[in-house]
Amino acid sequence: MPDITPFLKSLLSTAGVSGYEAPVAKLIEEKWRPLVDEIKLSRIGSLTAFKKGSFDGKRPSIMIATHMDAIGMMVTSIVGEFLHVTQIGGIDARILPGSPVTVHATRTGKTEELYGVVAQPLMRALPPEISDGPVPLHELLIDTGLSAKEAASKVNIGDVVSFATLPVDLSGEVISGHTLDNRASVAALTVALEELQAKKHLWDVWAVATAQEETILGGGYTSAFELRPDLAVTIDVTFAKGPGAADWGTFPLGKGPTIAYGPNIHPYLYKRINDLADRLEIPHAMELVPRHSGTDTFAMQVSAEGIPTAVLGIPLRYMHTPVEMVAVKDIQRTGRLMAEFISALEVDFIENITWDD
Amino acid sequence: MADKTPVFGAHQVQLLEKLCNASGVSGDEGEVRKIVLEEVKPYADTVKVDSLGSVLVTKNGKTAERVRLMLDAHMDEVGFMLVNDDGDGLFSFEVIGGIDPRSLPGKQVLVGKNKLPGVIGARPIHLTSREDRQRKIPVDALRIDLGPGGSGKVKVGERAVFATRFRRAGGSLFSKAIDDRIGVATLIELLKAAPENLDLCLSFTVQEENGLRGARVAAFQLKPEMAIAVDATPANDLPVFDGSENTFYNTRLGAGPAIYTFDGGTLNDPRLINFLAQTAVEAKIPFQYRQPGGGKTNAGEIHLAQTGVPSVSISVPHRYTHTAISLSRVEDWKNTLLLLHSALKRITPALLSFERP
Repeated sequence: MPDITPFLKSLLSTAGVSGYEAPVAKLIEEKWRPLVDEIKLSRIGSLTAFKKGSFDGKRPSIMIATHMDAIGMMVTSIVGEFLHVTQIGGIDARILPGSPVTVHATRTGKTEELYGVVAQPLMRALPPEISDGPVPLHELLIDTGLSAKEAASKVNIGDVVSFATLPVDLSGEVISGHTLDNRASVAALTVALEELQAKKHLWDVWAVATAQEETILGGGYTSAFELRPDLAVTIDVTFAKGPGAADWGTFPLGKGPTIAYGPNIHPYLYKRINDLADRLEIPHAMELVPRHSGTDTFAMQVSAEGIPTAVLGIPLRYMHTPVEMVAVKDIQRTGRLMAEFISALEVDFIENITWDD
Repeated sequence: MADKTPVFGAHQVQLLEKLCNASGVSGDEGEVRKIVLEEVKPYADTVKVDSLGSVLVTKNGKTAERVRLMLDAHMDEVGFMLVNDDGDGLFSFEVIGGIDPRSLPGKQVLVGKNKLPGVIGARPIHLTSREDRQRKIPVDALRIDLGPGGSGKVKVGERAVFATRFRRAGGSLFSKAIDDRIGVATLIELLKAAPENLDLCLSFTVQEENGLRGARVAAFQLKPEMAIAVDATPANDLPVFDGSENTFYNTRLGAGPAIYTFDGGTLNDPRLINFLAQTAVEAKIPFQYRQPGGGKTNAGEIHLAQTGVPSVSISVPHRYTHTAISLSRVEDWKNTLLLLHSALKRITPALLSFERP
């Protein structure tokens, strides 16, 4: 199995905040193009790759969604040399003070990347009720080191801000960085596409790097509707056990993917993936999802006439911080399980879906 | 070569980069000490490492009436000590020096002499309540996470620093430990251009962030007639939340070297304050007075050494002190170096012959 780490690191170093996924979409397109038959962007910016199945007849299709967008921020006002921002996606403002960021400044007509740091003003400069408590996002500032005049000439209201923490290898074949949610899954889907080069699959495969998941599940809704797959699977990250995360909804780092179970997942699909993982001896855990899976699957399940869906999860520590952490082997296992599942799909799989009533 | 005005350029910035990227938490300044020893040896008359680990340097002048002047900058920085191995690569830690715990979640660190990378994470926002997010995360809820393979690679007692690497962007410098590696670099440059009217003694001190402890014994040993502490001081010049005037800025970035009048540890000698200000005016170097108030420099200990030492502090302003990323301006540093060099040349025994007001 080729080492996916270099591609993953390039994914982590490439911007792609929700709604502004073009830079990362380009990178994924370059990587996927030799692995698929067709590739294009959807009308809202999801990268849609098609790999033709080998069945000589009316082929069913499976869509695999991995969102490529990142959480980030957007400039709301410019005060002297400082920028106020709002969030794109879910950010706990407590992780921001002292974090490096990139401001994608557009005022000059072409995008210029400005390095900056999230600044927490002194207590005396803040509303007294904050005291020494956490400072809310709207009171934090971004400092690019530019003068007020330079900042005003470069930055526009609405400019996007991404995290700039560099990815780092930690001990035990673990990678840390921002946006492993969900570039880890993009990497896993890439592993699956690589595996499928040497594997026969009867079904057509739609590999989709979806846009705007962190905000509105935009890619999940629109691509599932456009492609009308017979089955739809999301690969997304899930909560790894770690400091502050230890309950039933968390899973050990490096011990394999999760397979989600609950109303957002078709129980037959769950069973088939779970049985396959057992048979292949790929370590895995059952992830209980009593309501919303928090993934593109939530959108895909109710697209058009409805689609049988599943979710694979890659355990990740410190989700939505600049130091998210994932075990490389979990990415590889997830990709392999996905490829094996696709390869094992019988032409009449859909007709054989049963309800355990 | 004596009396040569330092030519400020890329060389100085490279030296500062090397110093800032070194790890040197209070009590563990070895890596910085090594750089200092290498840099000063070619220019010094005597060099010694004292019992606490400070580097004490002398360089005698040549003129008949010389003043014994002490210049001080501290080598240590704020940071962390690993205090418990919690298993699975996770370590509990204590903070060394005045670090705001609100600046810790989501940061990368480097542990020990081998700079093993780790991260300080935070609970995923998805697993926090609105009430949780209104409370700051205490240090004892945070861990340094080296990855699951990290246990056994480091031991409790080892120090950790913020992992930020030095970065120049235009006229701005982004780095950890600008406090006080910028002072250390300044002293090295002043030694290289030492004027002949002084018996110069330099202390590169340990444990400033742990209560000015290195400076106390350094001054006792060096027995100076007067002293200047060279440090980095906060610029709290950020906008106030309600748009009112910031009257508590301490110093302003870009406004030049900051001359101290009064802080939490020192009533700076008025003769030396006026001498520095007068020198700046005559040499046409911009300067500012640091607003009288709290905070301390090593002058707080030096001026009480033996029978007392007339002392003054001068600092390079920097924002976001004691966080992962501080911000300073190249111009402010350059002007600090030039002002000190101009001042040193003008020091005569007559300077202290005026009576104190």
